[in-house]
Amino acid sequence: MSILLKRAATRRSVLRGLLGGGAVSLALPFLDCFLDGNGEALAAGGAIPVRFGTWYWGMGHTPGHAVKDRADVGEIQFLEECKALIPLRQHINYFNGFSAPLDGRSNSPHRTGWVASRTGVVPPIGDEILAPTLDVLVADAISGGTRFRNLDVTSTGNPIDIYTARSNFSRGTAEVSPVGFYARLFGGDFVDPNRGEFKPDPRVMVEKSVLSGLVEESKSLAGKLGASDRARLDEYFTSIRQLENQLALQLEKPPANEMCKVPASPRDVDGERAPTGVEIEAVHETHRLMTELLVMAVACNQTKVFNMAYSDNFSKLRHAGETYTHHTLTHEEPTDVKLGYQPTAFWFNCKTMEGCADFINAFAKTREGAGSLLDNVLIFAASETSYARIHAVDNLPMMTFGKAGGRVKTGLHVPGRGDPITRVGFTCLRAMGLPLDSWGAKSLRVTKPISEILV
Amino acid sequence: MALASCGADEPKIAGAAPTMRRLTEEQFRNSIADAFGADIKLGVKLEPLLRTGGLVALGAQHASVTPFGVEKLHQLAKSVASQVVDPQHRRTLVACGPTDPSAFDEACASQFFVRVGRSLYRRPLTEAELKARIESAAAATATLGDFYRGLGSSLTAMLMGPKFLYLIETTEPDPERPGSVRLDAYAKASRLSFFMWNAAPDNALLDAAARGDLDASSGLARQVDRMLASVRLEDGLRGFFADAFGFDQFETLEKDAIIYPVFNLQVAEDAAEQLLLTLNDVLIVRGEDYRNIFTTRHSFISAALARVYRVEAPNPTGWAPYEFPAGDPRVGIQSQVAFTALHSHPGKSSPTLRGKAVRELLLCQKIPEPPADVDFSKFNDPQSPLKTARLRLAMHTEQAACAGCHKLTDPIGLGLEKFDGVGQLRITEQGEPIDPSGDLDGAKFADAADFAKALSTNPASTSCVVNRLFGYGVGRVPSRQDQPVLDYLQQVFASDGYRYRALLQRVATSKAFFAVTSEAAGVAAQLAPSEAKGAP
Repeated sequence: MSILLKRAATRRSVLRGLLGGGAVSLALPFLDCFLDGNGEALAAGGAIPVRFGTWYWGMGHTPGHAVKDRADVGEIQFLEECKALIPLRQHINYFNGFSAPLDGRSNSPHRTGWVASRTGVVPPIGDEILAPTLDVLVADAISGGTRFRNLDVTSTGNPIDIYTARSNFSRGTAEVSPVGFYARLFGGDFVDPNRGEFKPDPRVMVEKSVLSGLVEESKSLAGKLGASDRARLDEYFTSIRQLENQLALQLEKPPANEMCKVPASPRDVDGERAPTGVEIEAVHETHRLMTELLVMAVACNQTKVFNMAYSDNFSKLRHAGETYTHHTLTHEEPTDVKLGYQPTAFWFNCKTMEGCADFINAFAKTREGAGSLLDNVLIFAASETSYARIHAVDNLPMMTFGKAGGRVKTGLHVPGRGDPITRVGFTCLRAMGLPLDSWGAKSLRVTKPISEILV
Repeated sequence: MALASCGADEPKIAGAAPTMRRLTEEQFRNSIADAFGADIKLGVKLEPLLRTGGLVALGAQHASVTPFGVEKLHQLAKSVASQVVDPQHRRTLVACGPTDPSAFDEACASQFFVRVGRSLYRRPLTEAELKARIESAAAATATLGDFYRGLGSSLTAMLMGPKFLYLIETTEPDPERPGSVRLDAYAKASRLSFFMWNAAPDNALLDAAARGDLDASSGLARQVDRMLASVRLEDGLRGFFADAFGFDQFETLEKDAIIYPVFNLQVAEDAAEQLLLTLNDVLIVRGEDYRNIFTTRHSFISAALARVYRVEAPNPTGWAPYEFPAGDPRVGIQSQVAFTALHSHPGKSSPTLRGKAVRELLLCQKIPEPPADVDFSKFNDPQSPLKTARLRLAMHTEQAACAGCHKLTDPIGLGLEKFDGVGQLRITEQGEPIDPSGDLDGAKFADAADFAKALSTNPASTSCVVNRLFGYGVGRVPSRQDQPVLDYLQQVFASDGYRYRALLQRVATSKAFFAVTSEAAGVAAQLAPSEAKGAP
């Protein structure tokens, strides 16, 4: 929320402002109850929050080899490419058969799909962002009271390989180094909730006070700027406010949280430089390390919203010594006549799903309340294409992981029957308590969540 | 520097709204180095900017700062401030101090912030701004019980603040055009300085701004000449060309260690440096025709690069001038490792990526995105008798959807095919001789040296640098209404013998360079120089 708004802003006006006014509409009143999960309490007495995350992978699936198609909602039957997900299917919902009508706009290879599924708006060109990604909407609604508004992480070594944006020029940048991520989460500024003694650090008090002074001092600029520059300045101040909140939390003793266990510092994979970004085994290891840290950050209530990318939308994953990348393989590797698919590209897809299984498992094995951390999380996972070889965006593979504090059923395969892909994202937004009565623009605008997975 | 008239007058344009631009990474670092010295370490990087209109610097016009970006900024600012006031630096950078280090010294704090503020805000601080800094430092000193830490806390806020982080251009009424506005003198100083030096204005330029010199053509010309003569012109050249040639991609450039064991981080760093040294040598030191960057054999070489070029390193511990001999295909910057390695795959060369880079970076021509529905399978058929990229790429001509764009890129990139994925010279690919002939807009060439000539004589090579440089200077993507000025600059660039230094002068002293409209996108006359602390 803007610190420059003098008048009291209603929830409707705030959300409309944040969403750019075009892609969503709201059903008021806004309910705060979603902040409290399903009412289950932590040992310390606080309600378990419901968190939201996304997981991204590039290059989609190999058609016919990832999941057995269904005509109606029912059990998921993962096939060979998703073999790693079979033991976890009770935590997953799988969606396919949804469509991505482009309304006359062109399909920008490897870009249109992720932008459309996450923003609800087909990009006019490339990956131009016309509406915030769904994680931003959720973070705006639920991120109060945590140290980080959101945490964005990528395994590729490239900080721009992350799929979250408030606007076209306000895009997320990701953590790339496990060592750096650890330092940010559990370094000197971390307040361990389970440490007995607590004394506010005067240094932090000063830092917070200085930031408040900075905001006051700079306010006068806003009235002298044009609308677009004022909006950018407004976003800058909002970010400063978030940092102030972060510092404020460091000055309070957090409630004891027995689930929060500070992990050991990960080994430095590659000295001071980010881990080697695209070699598949390095990516896999980085993903595993980052996931462990992310899970503990969530368990320690450092954030309620997160984004993780296993690979990028032009998947540069590759084997050492090979000239082709995952992406180029999907286009240039011949289809094996006997197998019916491109064997090396398929191998990369399988490996990616192993990474996906690692991610789900890390949440599932972390105990929280009477169940697992995964029970109190909702994670939206999607790729940018259904069949990379032809850049198809219809039938985009999408999944959700976790029960969102009991609001979402799992273990279901939901065929889309040609409905817009945005129904999945809209369902996530509704499950996270956002009081929207629609999401998306033009042919991607939807008004009905997927009731079959909502409790 | 006197320039001959080419017989054309500069056309008048309206300009555009004043800009609010976030400092680029390099501008931020240069500003810190100028204010506090080059030994201040900056470990964290700012959020990357989104390349716009061919330049990262133009993405700055639209950049906001995310929460994560502010976190990084906070770390950076705290780190810089703590170094400035640490025992090692305070003697020179604070230059005064209290008798009791635990007590606040207002006079010293004021002295510090007046000096530092002018450098960081690129203008004198207002009374209110100075008061705020002093009060903030006093409060922090009281809490922390340490004057220098208090000073550092207040400095942290300055370094994080929008008045440092953003170039917010300010305007004032234009006395020559009643009812219109012009950039005020400090905004002109910043526009000029970031354009020519990629850094904030120095004291001499701020002094000139305070005197009003930049509002008169003679005063402006004196400053431009001074800046052109400065060694800092190289910083400006580096900033512009590293941006225009996409050097941000070096951050994540990777090569396969098995296929290219010669390539490592040192090679990547040296490759970028070699190209920038070459540009500086041709354009500033030698003052040659801009087009010679595509045909020069002069360069510089380090020991790490010598291994890639497979030549003996003249200087095993540093850089040395190096001239590729006649007959060597290394001609022009496009044949250097920086260009050929950057525009290749991790494990192989790519005539398409190289051709695309030539079109987009060197000629400012946009290559459309590939179509969505393409079947590449013939390209990588393991049974294919097609051994070379030339033969494989010919497959694209079989698909009309592909042929349109590949005809624009591949005939260019094939001219550089004798350089492998990291830029090493090779004669064959899979045992087959490589044919480096090609075509650039109808100019046929037989090899890389011949391609260099075709590139240097292509009219787009010079119009490209004019357009990019003008946009870089004014901080926005040139629009259609700027075209008359771009045409004029192109004309005078030619009449000046395509000298880069002359082009800088033409742009910096043009009316168009400072032209702004009064639309409410900028800060309207918020800081008249007379209101500013310390202004004469």
